[in-house]
Amino acid sequence: MAKKFLSGNEAFAYGVRLARPQVISAYPITPQTIVVEKLSEFVEDGSLNAEFIHVESEHSALSCAMGASAVGARAFTATSSQGLLYMAECLPYAAGGRFPIVMMNANRSTALPWNIYGDQRDSLSQLDSGWIQAYAKNAQEALDLALMSFYIAEHKNVSTPFMANLDGFVLTHTYEVAEVPTQEQADAFLPKYETENKMDLRHPRNLGFSAGPDTNTFFKYKEHLGILNAKAVIGEAEEKFERIFGRRYSGLTESYQIEDAEYIIITLGSISGLVREAVDALRKEGRRVGLLRLRYLRPFPNEEIAAAVRTAKALAVLEKDISFGNEGTVYTNVNSALQKADIHIPCSDYIGGLGGKNISYEEIKHIFDRLEQLQPTVNFLGIGGEGYGN
Amino acid sequence: MTEILWHGRGGQGAFTAARLLGEAYSLKEYSYALAFPSFGPERRGAPIRAFTKLDRKPIGNRSEITKSDYSIFLDDTLFNENSLNELKSNGKILLNTKKTIDNPQVITLDGDSIAARTLGLPITNTILLGAFAAIFNEISLEEIYEAIRQTMPQRLHEKNIAAVKAAYEEVAV
Repeated sequence: MAKKFLSGNEAFAYGVRLARPQVISAYPITPQTIVVEKLSEFVEDGSLNAEFIHVESEHSALSCAMGASAVGARAFTATSSQGLLYMAECLPYAAGGRFPIVMMNANRSTALPWNIYGDQRDSLSQLDSGWIQAYAKNAQEALDLALMSFYIAEHKNVSTPFMANLDGFVLTHTYEVAEVPTQEQADAFLPKYETENKMDLRHPRNLGFSAGPDTNTFFKYKEHLGILNAKAVIGEAEEKFERIFGRRYSGLTESYQIEDAEYIIITLGSISGLVREAVDALRKEGRRVGLLRLRYLRPFPNEEIAAAVRTAKALAVLEKDISFGNEGTVYTNVNSALQKADIHIPCSDYIGGLGGKNISYEEIKHIFDRLEQLQPTVNFLGIGGEGYGN
Repeated sequence: MTEILWHGRGGQGAFTAARLLGEAYSLKEYSYALAFPSFGPERRGAPIRAFTKLDRKPIGNRSEITKSDYSIFLDDTLFNENSLNELKSNGKILLNTKKTIDNPQVITLDGDSIAARTLGLPITNTILLGAFAAIFNEISLEEIYEAIRQTMPQRLHEKNIAAVKAAYEEVAV
């Protein structure tokens, strides 16, 4: 392994190279562009033997990746924001076709107003498209996710495309230390992609077919089971990953100081680093606070959330998202997990970081302070606005 | 944590210096760094800021630095009285200028002359990095050289290492 000083985008590109994709389809968009630029350099310098196809749009980028996957190739693409929305038609197509494409999404705000900075409204708007969704917290996890994503997506019990999300700029463009594994280690971890779900003259089969009302539910149910199966495969992948690389991941969630926590912030992505620092500082004052980071949004960690909040008196969800006319989508999902587990504690929603707005340490502390009032509220951080339930 | 705020103009290489510093610092074990520019459209000549955070434990706070331990100015037209308000109480400013500034918190050097001598170009990012190594004892010249070797194209190594050394020696005196 080699220690390198990399941006999140570069770290992800190193991870993709180690996974030896055979086809990369690319259309640039800020803040994702550096990933595909870096990969094109790798192809150019011969360190990655892949077909690099520079397509004319994001819609084509994902269509192209599907075509590659349909002949049994390991395929990668990347996008962000409006690009993700432009390819949205193809997202359920890839999922329904059970094509295990890996895509990196640089989380960025959606227009209008036009904004190139980071929030999570782009990927969260696509939660129902049938893709696995993971959210990295730092460059190391981004690199490791790049490798693990192919393992998980391509597993025969899963066969589901994988969207790995990195917060735009604060993660994609921030340089930090990451360990880059050797190719030998990566090869020991990630088997070659083998599938029967491909065009093959010797074993012809029907791909990309129609399914009418009689059979459609069956296919959709199978698709659902594929993502649910990912849960066990994520565990299996992380165990194997730890054996080979020595780094440990904790499945669908990552908890910090929750064993006796009375007040817990549930969040996702790179902002968890700041919440962790706030937890450390408040713990020194004797306050029982904790952090639960959602590493995966699909499959959704229902059981993990229920288990993590056992000792909690109140919860807050912190997310860079709003589902207009309701509340943050992560909040809706978390409340569903609590309801199903028959857990009835106040849970508030904090919507922050929209369009790249900084979330400060003081704001995190404010969320923990407000939790002690035990009132479930929906709040817009930094503008004092409240939705409902106050 | 040590927080370093870089000021420069688009094209002067402030972010490259911020990144080199983070890389140099994190070569040691149990050393962590974040380096990032102020995000947004990039324009040559426009004021830009870049940030380096250094610590002995992983750094979770990815926000821009509002109060720095060190503010480094590649261009003295960006320096004014308000620059001192961005400093922590014991903070220091490292300023590339030919002027004399009568303030114990401000350390000046004529980086442009060193650049002309060592690089033959009016680019002072690695010069200010070398000068910084002279006032910040948690980083060595050898670590900066190694960061240059790992990050910059090979044809730039020799001149920039010489520039770093010359600036270091000027400020360390």
